[in-house]
Order: sequence, then C-alpha cells, then structure tokens
Amino acid sequence: MINCEKASTICNKKQYKEATLLEQIKLSFHLLYCKTCSAFSKKNKKLTILCNKANLYNLSEQAKVKMKETIERNI
Amino acid sequence: MTENNLNPDSWVDQYADYLFNYAVARVSDAEIAKDLVQETFLAGLKSAKNFQGAAAERTWLIAILKRKVIDHYRKINSKKGKAEVRITYRDQGDSAGDWLEENVADPFSTLENDEIENEELGLAIQECISKLPKKQSAVFVMKTIQGLSTEDICNELGINPSNLWVMVHRARTNLMGCLNENWFKL
Repeated sequence: MINCEKASTICNKKQYKEATLLEQIKLSFHLLYCKTCSAFSKKNKKLTILCNKANLYNLSEQAKVKMKETIERNI
Repeated sequence: MTENNLNPDSWVDQYADYLFNYAVARVSDAEIAKDLVQETFLAGLKSAKNFQGAAAERTWLIAILKRKVIDHYRKINSKKGKAEVRITYRDQGDSAGDWLEENVADPFSTLENDEIENEELGLAIQECISKLPKKQSAVFVMKTIQGLSTEDICNELGINPSNLWVMVHRARTNLMGCLNENWFKL
C-alpha cells in the first residue's frame, strides 16, 4: 500500500519513463481505489502529451547570458 | 513595472524562450532564430522611447520580431531570380517525372491546422512556464524540454532527487492550472 504523496511522485516519474516496474504496479493498484490520484494521473498524462505535441524549444543558458550582456552594453 | 515602461533587464528571462519558439516555427533554423531574437531585443532597445505603452511589452516585442522575420526572408531572396517559382517536373525522389501540380495540397485536408494549433500550443506552454517560480521552471525545462537525466540535473543544481521530484510536481501542477485557463478555455 502506498499513500497519495508517493503515488503522485511515481506518476510524475512515469511521465519521464523513470518509474520502475514495481512502482508502476503499486501506482496502478493505488489508482484503483483513489479517485483524486486517478484524476491527477489523467491530467498529468494529458500535460505530457501536450508538451510532446508542441515541439518546444529553449535557448541555452549560455545564449541567454550572452543576450543579457549584449542588451546591457546597449542600454 | 508601470504601464508604459519597459524593463529591458528582464526581457531575456521573461520573453527569450517565447520569442525563440515563435521564430523557430517561422525560419526553422535554431541559429537564425537565435540571431533574430537577439536583433529583436536590440531593435527594441533602440526604439524604446517610441514605446507608447499601448500594447503589452511582449506583444510589442513580437511585432518587432515579425518584421525581423520578414527582413530575413527578404535578405535571402534578394538575389534576382531566387524568389521565382519555377514549375517543372519533379526531379528527385520516387515521384521523379510527375507533374508538380499533382503535389499541391489536398484542399480537404485539415492536417495543416494541426501545425498551426501546435505552434499556438507551444507559445501557450512557454507563457505558462515563464510564469512559474524560477527554480521550478528551471527544473521543468531541463527535464521536459532538454530531456536531461535526473542525475545530471541534480548535479547541476545541487539538489537531491526527491527534491527534484517535488519541484517537478509543483511545476506540473502549476502548468496544468495555467493551461487549463489559457489553452482549454480560450
């Protein structure tokens, strides 16, 4: 038996494919009787799908530091 | 921040990723997109005194970036003849020899809308990420967008894994709430 806090952590790990098999079994068992966590798990999955769909890009930290410097020089 | 004042110091933190996503979607090259964002910030600084405060800072910067994207395409097309469209047979690939007309988009397809919708979704997510507390957004970006391993992130930020998962949890919960408002109920 696991509590909800543990369940949500496993659920988050699962979004990044880092939950072990045992953890996943524990989680699905918990989801059988816990409505709150089932709802959270569904939403969490949805967020992962959205993030994958959106082709997110990010500037690297170095690039940002460089940009900041350039801005400061030109203020 | 007062209403018609600009805050160039916080531009990079607040808008760089948002503008970068916008640019990448249009020029499909990360290096060029990065340069365009940089140019946008500089142009923004130069014309800061013309800023009326009529629009939000971000809208104003996006407007500048739009011009920069157009300028970019003008520049690469400036050599005479490059902008011409030549209609001939296809000369490469499996469909070599087919008429080009056979390759026009299917008017009944809605696939193109997905592209547009995904880009808007990307901008909505970036906006929500920029609203997160700094630590949460750092962890979330490293984990989700850059796809770094838990170990690497822990080393870089000097935190332990359970700490990391708490931060991921908070970031994800905040994002769900934010997207619920900004994306699903538009």
